[in-house]
Amino acid sequence: MQQRTLPYLLLLPATLFLCVFFIYPFLLVAWQAVSQDGALTLDHFRTMAGHWKFPTAFWNTMLLALAVVPVQLALALFMATLVTRMGKGRDVILYIWTIPLGISDLAAGIIWLAIFEQTGFLNSMLSGLGVVEQPVAWLGYQNKGTIFLAVVLAEIWRATAIVLVILVAGMGLIPKEYYEAAEVFGASPWKRFTRITLPLLRPSIQTALILRTILAFEVFAVVIALAGTNFPVLMGETYHWQFNLQDRHVAAAYALVILAISIAFTLVFLRTLRVPREAQP
Amino acid sequence: MTAVTARETAVTSADIRKRGRLVFVATIIILCAWVLAPIYLLAINALSSPEQVNAFPKSFVPGFETDSIAFFMGFAGVARALFNSVLVAGITMALSIGLGAPAGYALSRFDFRGKDAFRIMVLMTRAFPLPLLALPLAVMFIRTGLDDTALGLALVHTTLALPFAVLITFSLFAGIPVELEEAAWTLGCTRLQAFYKVVLPLVLPGIAASAVFAFVISWNEVFAAAVLTIENRTLTAFLLQNINVSPMHLKFAGGAVLVVPALIFIFAVRKYLFAMWGIANR
Repeated sequence: MQQRTLPYLLLLPATLFLCVFFIYPFLLVAWQAVSQDGALTLDHFRTMAGHWKFPTAFWNTMLLALAVVPVQLALALFMATLVTRMGKGRDVILYIWTIPLGISDLAAGIIWLAIFEQTGFLNSMLSGLGVVEQPVAWLGYQNKGTIFLAVVLAEIWRATAIVLVILVAGMGLIPKEYYEAAEVFGASPWKRFTRITLPLLRPSIQTALILRTILAFEVFAVVIALAGTNFPVLMGETYHWQFNLQDRHVAAAYALVILAISIAFTLVFLRTLRVPREAQP
Repeated sequence: MTAVTARETAVTSADIRKRGRLVFVATIIILCAWVLAPIYLLAINALSSPEQVNAFPKSFVPGFETDSIAFFMGFAGVARALFNSVLVAGITMALSIGLGAPAGYALSRFDFRGKDAFRIMVLMTRAFPLPLLALPLAVMFIRTGLDDTALGLALVHTTLALPFAVLITFSLFAGIPVELEEAAWTLGCTRLQAFYKVVLPLVLPGIAASAVFAFVISWNEVFAAAVLTIENRTLTAFLLQNINVSPMHLKFAGGAVLVVPALIFIFAVRKYLFAMWGIANR
């Protein structure tokens, strides 16, 4: 009797918690977005879509994710491959490479602000080299391109570590025998990478891509720290509507847009990188 | 003749290997610099006086002044924000381990109906932008009197940290052979005693690591903290709220104060980082 109820008792607290603080709030936010004083309405979505900042914020967020995530995946794959070839010092290097994992997006934004601000280190270096006469306002509202670049760099710097950790952990699960066999048959390092590492790493790549893409759609504090309101993104607009404009219905509509693109991309990754059941470890 | 060519090729291949080794090491060093240099630049700013921070061109060596940090720590509201951050992160840590560890144990030890449903619910949390939860909860908290409290925010942060706590503790418990527990039972221990005396000492370091992880998740979170707190701001929320009005040296000192504990914590859990993710992948 106890044997049968015990697991349920152990799961109960976590389950109740997730129901109250995860599932219920999402139903609530959906309702907030489509209702006004208890009646269904699409007005909030109209207000959201009609605001001039919405298309900008939407495409900025999308472009950022598109610029950041592939670079992170490639860079993390490269770093993880280097890790597998390391002998001594592997632990130290891994620690250094995973440092940004512990750094908050706000702190990362402030760190890159130190580089890109007008009296920052980039300008100091460029003027020291004689490239520029006057410090350039890289993050000024008229320099949309460099703002974008600064945010991309900060995001790549901050969040490649999480992809690296997932991939290194995944590579640890690949049996060494496969590589030994491939070497016996004379496969080049590149062949071994494309024929053994990549296919067997598919579950890890899938996890990393889903996680990173969703986090990329949530980009917020990095942008606020670097660009203030000069570079609207979806999460920033959500905050703006909730906090400054005090319209939680429109904020909820924004939340649903972010939720929708997150789920859509998760499904795409689940489908395109599907791991056949018999190939699962 | 053939011997000579053989030696020549041997030399060139050794050369190539040496050069390859050099490129390998250089790449690793460059990547380390890519990670460390920005942190160093922040440290320069945090360890320089306000005048040095706003000077141009800037020195690439810190002035080793504590004015900026002292100014930041003395700034109205910072001490309280720091206290709130620690408090919220502490509650998050306790809640996520308290709720997550039993679930992790159940998943690792029992086969029961509904196990998959629970796992799917936990994995599903990853496909959702969780900080957005703060929006509906803001309304719910006002009704229940939890608005602008450390506990209210910690509840949101726990939804962020709980899935990790469940998956990590699951992998920890799964790593302890059931036979150990069974042996304790046959020697007269009850289930609870066996857990206390045999399993717990073995998993305690890992549990501590996942608690630290939960702490860092909460310490670093910005969006929910900014939405849910007004008077009782955490450090991240405080910095975000004042980011447009505060002078540069205040921002950099604040950034440094945010970074330092995170660095220490990640150092403390580095051993578990990869074990955590190896299992959490599945």
